[in-house]
Amino acid sequence: MNAAARHVLIILFGLGLLGFLLWGMTGLSPFGQYPGPYGDVLNSVATAERHTLNVVTAINFDYRGFDTLGEEFILFASVAGALLLMRHEQTEQEEACEPHATREPIVGIIDPGASDLTRASAFVFIAAILVFGCYIVLTGHLGVGGGFQGGVILSSAWLLVFLAYGSKPFRQWSNQSALEWFEAAGAGGYALIGCFALFVGGNFLKNVLPLGQTGHLLSSGTIFPISCAVGVEVAAGFVLLYEEFFRALEREQPLRRP
Amino acid sequence: MKFLPYAIAAWLFVIGLYGLATSRHLVHLILCLTVVQSSTYLVLLAIGFRNMPAQAPIFTDVPPGSPAVDPIVHSLTLTDIVVGATVNALLLSLTLNIWRKHRSIDPEKLSAFPR
Repeated sequence: MNAAARHVLIILFGLGLLGFLLWGMTGLSPFGQYPGPYGDVLNSVATAERHTLNVVTAINFDYRGFDTLGEEFILFASVAGALLLMRHEQTEQEEACEPHATREPIVGIIDPGASDLTRASAFVFIAAILVFGCYIVLTGHLGVGGGFQGGVILSSAWLLVFLAYGSKPFRQWSNQSALEWFEAAGAGGYALIGCFALFVGGNFLKNVLPLGQTGHLLSSGTIFPISCAVGVEVAAGFVLLYEEFFRALEREQPLRRP
Repeated sequence: MKFLPYAIAAWLFVIGLYGLATSRHLVHLILCLTVVQSSTYLVLLAIGFRNMPAQAPIFTDVPPGSPAVDPIVHSLTLTDIVVGATVNALLLSLTLNIWRKHRSIDPEKLSAFPR
């Protein structure tokens, strides 16, 4: 199909779809007037039932915990799939280079060439990001935060290592096999906490740990350990992805060796 | 104003679809997919929104039980964003593989049956 016909067709169908969507959305309750009742019920009972102040975290890791387990495994599977694709490609290339094995391996090192001031101040920011990420992971049940957000913040510290110091220190900071273990432990830990409830006589992912006092760090039962497991998994998964993409970047630009 | 956020979400969805259908570059196509995806965030958050004095469903500074927006749509959106980011990484690695195999990432020039 030629490009002009494609544009005309998609504009026609897009406008039709837009009309249908707008027509359907007029049937929703007007913006700013959420009718309830599920959110209101959870808002009123979550703090008393689960001893957590952040209702979003309570829903994520307790009321909707089984659902989040599924989403956690989507994350795990997509990280594993991306790593599998990139590493498969890498071994294929190495096999193709076999006759020239006497040559030294093509591993370029990417150095962004940051100034001394950037290098010095990046160290401070990396420490601050790590502390802030841990804080967000650990206090998901007490205020704004949780495992997903905190894990992404933690992984951004590794990005800053790459941007300020280049790919070699990044490689030293990220032990691949250790990261893989952390990622698997985070994903498996979530499921194991769910199975723990089975052993003490509850349903899967039932909140069986003592709930503690609302507002304390060790409160809210299983929500706190699940949030930590998710934080570890998300951070490790993202750093693994960064590492694999940087490796691909190095292979594409082997001539930039300092 | 009552339906403006929904209308913007519908617009994002359709403009993202337009980009998907007419894209000539796989990375551009993945970015169009994230535009489509972000329209779902907007719809979810707009459905659960409530005017002042309702606040975020986090009762650290306000007593539990004070008026708040719907927390369920927030938790749906939260997991969606993080999972979406890793799925994008998967798609980008697929794009990288396609580039290595075919030396082209124009969907028009890619064939299911390479000669």
